[in-house]
Amino acid sequence: MTTDHASAAPSVTSGGAAPRHDSGKADGPPSQERKRTERRSRWYRWDLKYSPYAFISPFFLFFAAFGLFPLLYTGWAAMHQVSMTNPNEMEWVGFDNFSRLWDDEFFWNALRNTFTIGLISTVPQLLMALGLAHILNYRMRGSMMFRVAMLTPYATSVAAATLVFAMLYGRDYGMINWALDLVGIDPVSWEAGTWSSQFAVSSIVIWRWTGYNTLIYLAAMQAVPNDLYESASLDGASRWQQFRHVTIPALRPTILFTVVISTIGATQLFGEAYLLAGSENGGSQSQYQTLGLYMYETGWFNLHLGRAAAIAWTMFLLLIVIGILYWVLTRLVGKSNGEEA
Amino acid sequence: MRDRARTFHRPNRRTTRVLALGVAATLATGVLAGCGSDDEEGGGDGNVEISIGVFGQFGFEEAGLYDEYMELNPNVTITQDSITENGDYIAQLRTRLAQNSGLMDIQAIEVGNIAEMTGDLNNRWVDFNEYEDVDTSHFLPWKLDQATTEDGRVIGLGTDIGPTGICYRTDYFEEAGLPTDREEVSALFADWQSYLDVGEQFLANGPADVAYLDSAGGMFNAVVSGYEERYYSADGEVNYQESEAVQTAWDLSVQAAEGELTDRQQQFSDEWNTAFANGAFATVASCPAWMLGYIQSEAGENGQGAWDVAQSPSPSNWGGSFIGVPEASDNKEEAVKLAAWLTAPEQQAKLFTERGSFPSSAAAHELPEVLEATHEYFQDAPIGQIFTEAAAEIPSSVIGPQDQVIQQGITDGLAALEQQGISGDEAWDSVVSQLDNALAE
Repeated sequence: MTTDHASAAPSVTSGGAAPRHDSGKADGPPSQERKRTERRSRWYRWDLKYSPYAFISPFFLFFAAFGLFPLLYTGWAAMHQVSMTNPNEMEWVGFDNFSRLWDDEFFWNALRNTFTIGLISTVPQLLMALGLAHILNYRMRGSMMFRVAMLTPYATSVAAATLVFAMLYGRDYGMINWALDLVGIDPVSWEAGTWSSQFAVSSIVIWRWTGYNTLIYLAAMQAVPNDLYESASLDGASRWQQFRHVTIPALRPTILFTVVISTIGATQLFGEAYLLAGSENGGSQSQYQTLGLYMYETGWFNLHLGRAAAIAWTMFLLLIVIGILYWVLTRLVGKSNGEEA
Repeated sequence: MRDRARTFHRPNRRTTRVLALGVAATLATGVLAGCGSDDEEGGGDGNVEISIGVFGQFGFEEAGLYDEYMELNPNVTITQDSITENGDYIAQLRTRLAQNSGLMDIQAIEVGNIAEMTGDLNNRWVDFNEYEDVDTSHFLPWKLDQATTEDGRVIGLGTDIGPTGICYRTDYFEEAGLPTDREEVSALFADWQSYLDVGEQFLANGPADVAYLDSAGGMFNAVVSGYEERYYSADGEVNYQESEAVQTAWDLSVQAAEGELTDRQQQFSDEWNTAFANGAFATVASCPAWMLGYIQSEAGENGQGAWDVAQSPSPSNWGGSFIGVPEASDNKEEAVKLAAWLTAPEQQAKLFTERGSFPSSAAAHELPEVLEATHEYFQDAPIGQIFTEAAAEIPSSVIGPQDQVIQQGITDGLAALEQQGISGDEAWDSVVSQLDNALAE
């Protein structure tokens, strides 16, 4: 910064402004001239020093207004007893809203549901995405078409997709039960059962996100140098061995990225579970109520904003813990990898 | 990289920077200005603009009432802002009431939210008693009570109500060897226990794959709403666990569910709608006036000439709305005048003939277009007469701010009993633990 400034500032005074002054106001006192020059160079110095901040300020202003402030205010609200009917009246309760979650069976139920739904949606989703990406990576006819087709579920709105799935999973008039009936299986009350409803929610998530992850894996696969495969096949490695020992290690950072993103998505899962039956309780016995839904029910239906804010912050902290876990994991994996090499 | 950038861009740097600063400044002011642009001033030259906030298809505009009023009062312009779901509407209304800004001159209030408005937020609303030209005497007394605060302020004028009957399918009743005439059916439903007894007969003799009624939750709603005290005691305390109304309604609903009289539906779900089209059940226990149109559109041609409506053993009210004028309104006088006009008997009668919203004004019930109204889809049932009689019997129930939460919790418990096969006691325990959590501050 300083060297730039030293070389740049004089060039302006001598090259830009000074000559015009010489011709225009030749008889002006030299001290005034110097002042002008000084002012100019001061402006220039400030310009160099501060205008970069002005350039990046829009992001930070928007982030402060729509990211940081809501986050902090939610934290503040979590320390209060606030009713949705009158959000201005806040009564300080300290950490009560957080500590009560410890004994809150519905919170633990939601946490458990979020975890199981996250597990049965994320794991098959990423495995399928990996396989699909591997297939799409082969040279084939109409590969572009397949790639676009992969991405269409992702481009569909959650609401539209979920409403269609809800109809498919209908108990009396759903298409899935109709198909099961054809092969002689008794109809399943998808929404009422614990596992069946969680499976239904997961299937929507899988349908929607597999294509997205496939494309990410595909992009990463195409960046793997071809000679690695060539030398592997020269050494007599089969396709499967190539996939296991060349593709997967090369994709490790990408896989980690998708795992992190999917975990965040799974923790915040809301729309699919909300719209399956269109109610905030996540089933009559909260059998598929996720943390996001529980927060929504607490705040917007039971009207306890402070408690809902505490749940929101707990979810945030949970994600931070998961983030740290993943980070430690990568470090460990990276280390063991380094030792192997 | 930096050097190259400098040589290339130097001549333009200053302009770019000024531009960027300008953009940043504009964005920043845009953000700030966005917060304050809601304050529109009312016209000063005798012309008044009255804004109305409603939810769903409220009916005023659809029935042409705004146009009529603007013709009568050429200096008035009415604008309406409608939000589809009441859930979204009320969330917005609450925040705006709390901030006392961004409010329309007239706001609609659904009956489920009226208790919180007459409670904590009552001072945000204009008291209609303070205006001489507003006549509140023509409303049904219980409807007026709902919008009256403890100290006697009237903060909302009733628009429509939902007096209930029992909807039933004559074709299925005939198959089951039951009477089909609505007078005889009404006589058959002397009380709720006999309604279920008829269900037993229906189960024994009726068509095999047709249930007697749609859901246990619907049964609960029908029974509990006929009482004055349901979830709250008269002094405003939550006491659903001791309430006679809840006990009776719960026991009858459990009896219906365990007797396999129900189709185990959840009301207003997609499956419930489809069940209407497929004719999967024979009765709807709580069938308010506005539901006739709903059944007609869902059951469609399959149910043509099949549905009819009988008297309920304990008529109650389900649904209906109010309109109020917020204190924050800029032209309260004009807004109050319009609100009174919109809810006057003649306009309520028009809303009924055009939209099927049953009047909350007792005076409107006397008008021939209401009293003599029939419903073609329901085999020309004299709905004006049936629902007017029902409306006169509706109890003046205690309404609490958490009524909806409590009823939803109980309906969930009944759904679990119906769909997951847990016992009545287990279901009740789950209701209590769920409501303990939901109601805790």
